[in-house]
Amino acid sequence: MTSQALCALSGIEIQKKVASGDVSAVEVTNAFLERITHQDRKLHAFLYVDAEGALAQAATVDRARKAGETLGPLAGVPVALKDNLCTRGVPTTCASKILAGYVPPYDADAVERLRRAGAIAVGKTNMDEFAMGSSNENSAFGPVKNPWDETRAPGGSSGGSAAATASSMASFALGSDTGGSVRQPGAFCGVTALKPTYGRVSRFGLIAFASSLDQIGPFARSVREAARVLSVIAGHDARDATSTTTAVDDYEAECGKEVRGLRVGVVADALGAGVDAEVVKATRAAVAKLAELGCEIVDVSLPHATHALAAYYLIAPAEASSNLARFDGMRYGLRKTGDDLTATYGTTRAEGFGPEVRRRIMLGTYALSAGYYDAFYVKAQKVRTLIRRDYDAAFKKCDVVLTPTSPTTAFKLGEKTSDPLAMYMADIFTLPPSLAGLPAVSIPGGYSADGLPIGLQLTGRAFDEKTLVRVSDAYERASGWLSRRPSEIV
Amino acid sequence: MSDTKITLEDVRKVARLSRLALDEAALAQMRGELSKILGHVASLNALDVSNVEPTYHAVPMNAPLRADVVQASLPRDEVFASAPKTEAGGFAVPKVMDGEG
Repeated sequence: MTSQALCALSGIEIQKKVASGDVSAVEVTNAFLERITHQDRKLHAFLYVDAEGALAQAATVDRARKAGETLGPLAGVPVALKDNLCTRGVPTTCASKILAGYVPPYDADAVERLRRAGAIAVGKTNMDEFAMGSSNENSAFGPVKNPWDETRAPGGSSGGSAAATASSMASFALGSDTGGSVRQPGAFCGVTALKPTYGRVSRFGLIAFASSLDQIGPFARSVREAARVLSVIAGHDARDATSTTTAVDDYEAECGKEVRGLRVGVVADALGAGVDAEVVKATRAAVAKLAELGCEIVDVSLPHATHALAAYYLIAPAEASSNLARFDGMRYGLRKTGDDLTATYGTTRAEGFGPEVRRRIMLGTYALSAGYYDAFYVKAQKVRTLIRRDYDAAFKKCDVVLTPTSPTTAFKLGEKTSDPLAMYMADIFTLPPSLAGLPAVSIPGGYSADGLPIGLQLTGRAFDEKTLVRVSDAYERASGWLSRRPSEIV
Repeated sequence: MSDTKITLEDVRKVARLSRLALDEAALAQMRGELSKILGHVASLNALDVSNVEPTYHAVPMNAPLRADVVQASLPRDEVFASAPKTEAGGFAVPKVMDGEG
């Protein structure tokens, strides 16, 4: 097979061919590495390509096959990892100058699980610094370009993982989602992007942003691939105290099932002012398609969802200001020596962190400081309760909630960089499920007149990723969007 | 939360608490940006949450306990490889206490 043909295969097909000996894992890896060399000159989705490590891992898979061992569910399948996931012996920077040159001495739990399943880690992907951003323009190393239109943002913060998946530089990728950082770039880049229930995937080895919200999730071109990856990375890990012991389902088994009789909740407010007309139209068309497939469409309301943005921009920065205190120039990364210890901390952090990270640390420190704690932080956590109750009520009437993923398609690079608040608005639909800890997936739901992907977001009950997969897969098969790929970058 | 006007002195204090050495221009810019964000956040004032319990964790769970046993730690040479400065098998840091020595 030509290397171009290999890169066009799904991860499911690659695993099958590697397991049967049709093709070697080394051949597959070489094909993807070659593609990265070619495509990433323009897209800048990768911060580090680990050719040597990937080929060594591929050789291990091939040896195991020759020895007659049973191969894992992702054997020989190339994966790209967001650069906030620790990888042993491979640089991990969170796209920040403060961590330039940091080489973790251990793998994140999700990365360990992928390796055990035979996946081949080809490299680390670009992101907004410390996962703070919605466009990837907050990377200290320059932004990622959207594979559908290189003048546009890929979304953020996991923009590199989304772009790498959309342009077939890896079969799939992992990202992290705090307020939409997997789903929104998934929508902008036209791939499936799933944020599991809080606690479903261990956060061990994920460099923390906001610990009560962060979850690792997969990007893939198809729902079935995302489902398989989720089955691999999900599961209890004693090293993360918030990791759940709830049993992991066979998510892939939900693919190919019927959805007749399932109830889909539609939120009228999510199709109102501030949402692009084309996004509204695509969402309505998806509702009609699901009705055609036999789903029952019900109206639901999330009256407190409009307050999610304000609550999130208190809770997430507050947790970030605490988590990022560890970057002080003493044990790893950058150190800028000042006159005394305090000056060394201050200079290291002011020079090491970019503008958005500094802004959020300041905002969070303010919200947690004496005199403001109850008025800001505790109040935001109470609003979170109201949002959870909204979902509890909605899920009495429906099985999944359907909204757009983002109010717009991919915006232009540079369009929103001067106005932080306008940038935060990109997350209005992804924030409510995050605050409620619920699983949510973004799937391709059509294309705008200028050819940009539109994302649909399905939100489910806690630990009911099965139903999300079932509905997403049924829609994917019925809609035919899967066949559309961005044109080759030359 | 009603008064979201943040003064330059507030910003200076928060920068000190945050251990961020910002110059005057950066402090002034930060004041403008934080004021705008806090202005938006003030929309939460419209909600009466006096009888609502806060949600610190979205998914209810109990803090798990583990056996208190010695476990292998990370390899020292790999940990120190990423340190800005090491000395005598430890992290070398600037002087923490005042005085001679």
